[in-house]
Amino acid sequence: MAGLIFWRKKKEDKAQVSEPSVVEPVIEEEVVETETVVETETIEPIQEVVETIELPEVVEPLVIEEPILEAIELPKRRFSGGIKSLFSRIKFDLENLNELEDILIQADFGVDAAEQIVAKVKARAKSTGAKTEAELKQILTELLTEAFTRDDIALKLDSGVQPYVILVVGVNGAGKTTTIGKLANWLVQGGAKVTLGAADTFRAAAVEQLATWAQRSNSEIVKPTTEGQEPASVAYETVEKAIASGADIAIVDTAGRLQNKQGLMDELGKIRRVIEKQRPISEVLLVLDATTGQNALTQAKAFAEVAQVTGIVLTKLDGTAKGGIVYAIQEQLNLPIKLVGVGEGIDDFAFFDPQEFATGLVG
Amino acid sequence: MFGNLSDRLVETFKNLRSKGKLSAADIDATLREIRRALLEADVALEVVKNFIAAVRERALGDEVSKALNPAQQVVQIVNEELVQILGGEQKRISFAKNPPTVIMLAGLQGSGKTTLAGKLAKWLKDQGQTPILVACDLQRPNAVNQLQVLGDSVGVPVFAPEAGNGSGNPVTVAKDAIKHAKQKQFSVVIVDTAGRLGIDEELMAQARDIRKATEPDEVLFVIDSMIGQDAVNVAKAFEDGVGITGVVLTKLDGDARGGAALSVAQVTGKPIVFASTGESLDAFEPFYPDRMASRILDMGDILTLIEQAQKSFDEEQAMEMAQKLAKDNFTLEDFMDQMQQLKKMGSIKNMLAMMPGAGKLRSQLDNIDEKEIDRTEAIIRSMTPKERKDPKILNGSRRLRIAKGSGMTVTDVNSLVNRFEQAAKMMKTMAKGGNPGIPGMPQGLPAFGGAGSQANKNKKAKAKKGGKSGNPAKRAAEAAGLPTQNPTEPGAGSAFGLK
Repeated sequence: MAGLIFWRKKKEDKAQVSEPSVVEPVIEEEVVETETVVETETIEPIQEVVETIELPEVVEPLVIEEPILEAIELPKRRFSGGIKSLFSRIKFDLENLNELEDILIQADFGVDAAEQIVAKVKARAKSTGAKTEAELKQILTELLTEAFTRDDIALKLDSGVQPYVILVVGVNGAGKTTTIGKLANWLVQGGAKVTLGAADTFRAAAVEQLATWAQRSNSEIVKPTTEGQEPASVAYETVEKAIASGADIAIVDTAGRLQNKQGLMDELGKIRRVIEKQRPISEVLLVLDATTGQNALTQAKAFAEVAQVTGIVLTKLDGTAKGGIVYAIQEQLNLPIKLVGVGEGIDDFAFFDPQEFATGLVG
Repeated sequence: MFGNLSDRLVETFKNLRSKGKLSAADIDATLREIRRALLEADVALEVVKNFIAAVRERALGDEVSKALNPAQQVVQIVNEELVQILGGEQKRISFAKNPPTVIMLAGLQGSGKTTLAGKLAKWLKDQGQTPILVACDLQRPNAVNQLQVLGDSVGVPVFAPEAGNGSGNPVTVAKDAIKHAKQKQFSVVIVDTAGRLGIDEELMAQARDIRKATEPDEVLFVIDSMIGQDAVNVAKAFEDGVGITGVVLTKLDGDARGGAALSVAQVTGKPIVFASTGESLDAFEPFYPDRMASRILDMGDILTLIEQAQKSFDEEQAMEMAQKLAKDNFTLEDFMDQMQQLKKMGSIKNMLAMMPGAGKLRSQLDNIDEKEIDRTEAIIRSMTPKERKDPKILNGSRRLRIAKGSGMTVTDVNSLVNRFEQAAKMMKTMAKGGNPGIPGMPQGLPAFGGAGSQANKNKKAKAKKGGKSGNPAKRAAEAAGLPTQNPTEPGAGSAFGLK
């Protein structure tokens, strides 16, 4: 699974025998390390993992200050159990591709994307001579996998300039706070030191909600000191304290905001700027509820513009919703889906895996 | 990217505009666009299919409404059907004969139940009720806390014996809450429950148990207006699993078109009772099916316009007018009648702005001086009935009197009379066959400015482009000059002196 690793600057005083410390160009050691963990995985080809993660990450740290980085491995997770197949009801053959269109529409792919995918399936079936249901399903799975596969679906926590700052944004009720709780827990399990910033100073009890997650995940939390404190100042303090306490990662929660509220969207820009006075922002994650329909595209557009989103977190995939709109989002906005949420439990969370997603959908 | 529906329909019907009747093919073309619009608005596919079939049947059977163009006619049928499914008229929540009235909230995670509970409490309190909030969401971290904060800020007590965060039994809390409410004589009990997925059997069973324990008068299903195709599954699951009496749509202050409203109403047959429209605790209102219908279709105010045009346009009057024109007894009174009809349709600027495709004309619309109509009307009203019937008797002293009576100058009166004479002459020519198809067709009448016709509107806007002189006399002269400059444009609307 891609993105299982984040990079931490090796601390001189902390000799860790159990984890291999790695100087950048030596890729072989990670390969070995990754392999040992991945061997239980049946789905992904291991080579791909190596290519997608390591290659882009080698360059930057070297350029900056050549820090010695160690790879932190996060525990294995799978999510495909959560996705319900699209094709429980229909016969799937070349004659019936209109029904495929209907089914894609029902999975929230949207009319345009559904038409486009059906056309692609037809074209590929024609060129390969595929006819049977199994062959057609295979084609659809491949198409979807290809569409979602890209080299930037891993969290980009590799610059060596710590703490890595992750800003989490989204509309109301998408699952931002829960996502942060789960992500923090996961990172802590991987050995990272995490600081959470409660910059949602608007919604009633949002700070307390995040505090509960901080406790559950053994993370530190920076809360507003006064009621209704300016969210940007909380974000600033979060990064400040994360630097002071030597945290590896700082995750900043923000208030849910509808993308058509200009004033609130501007506030996100301010939060960004304030954070960047101290540290570059490694990831801006847009949390999208998988049950959201076509409006998700509008959301992604607006947030991408204002907050410079680097990746999508697709939540609530454990329900009956398929989240098909992410297809259009990554096609049109070139934004990778990085993480998925599949339940309310602290472990119901995984990196996004294109093949798993496609296989889960097509069944 | 998604051009809005009204613009797309205009495009579809570009070549059909002059036709009065719809063929089956025209209807299908329109319905394809409407299908797409509904799907883009997240109306569930199965609901769209049934809906389109119903509309098609009606559209084929319906008689042609003369005031509208074909696209608008189909859209109007669509609108009526939408409103009907969305609940026709507003539904109010039912209060128990013996208080307390119990209202239970249920829905998916993140749909906005807890915030809504606070808003509902405030709304009920403002109506003189004594509500109490009950914290039965013991699942989500600090949901109880959130409800308490909301209760505090709206001044409504919160029954929260359990701290939540995964511990405590919500069914017990609900039961105790009813007892407590009876004892303390609260009139309404609002039960906030945890968000749950329709397929989560355990949690659905728990919701049923809460329902049994509290015997609510209303079970309101709270749903996010941004939800997509899954709305049908979710609504079915809650209807079958818990049983609901009404629906609340949240986050309507966003820019989602909210097609889910239609899906849910159709699938459950339950009315949508409230709409939640913002983060402030006042942002809460009864649901208006007609507004929602326009929003789903992304029709802007076109439907309002259609309604206004229909109301204010009286077919009999139009026939009479056509006959008068033919018989050459068009008077200043008729002139004013026409003007009043136009005024009934509301501000001309607004009316034009509501037209599909009018966006491009907006800057030009700003140049329209609506006062011009008022001035003309003032002048005509200062005339005696005899003068209005026969403007030829207007001599110098009559004109001076009229000018004084209307607060205008003699030059203004002169120019109005000139304009009227030219208009009357022009209309007479047209009515006698100068422009075929005019009599009886309202779009053809210059004075109506083509409420139903894009072509007319464009021309009219063009005619208005010229800058206006600051000098009233000069301005009037310019206005008077216009009809002669454009004698071939019957739709230029110049009969009103509107430049």
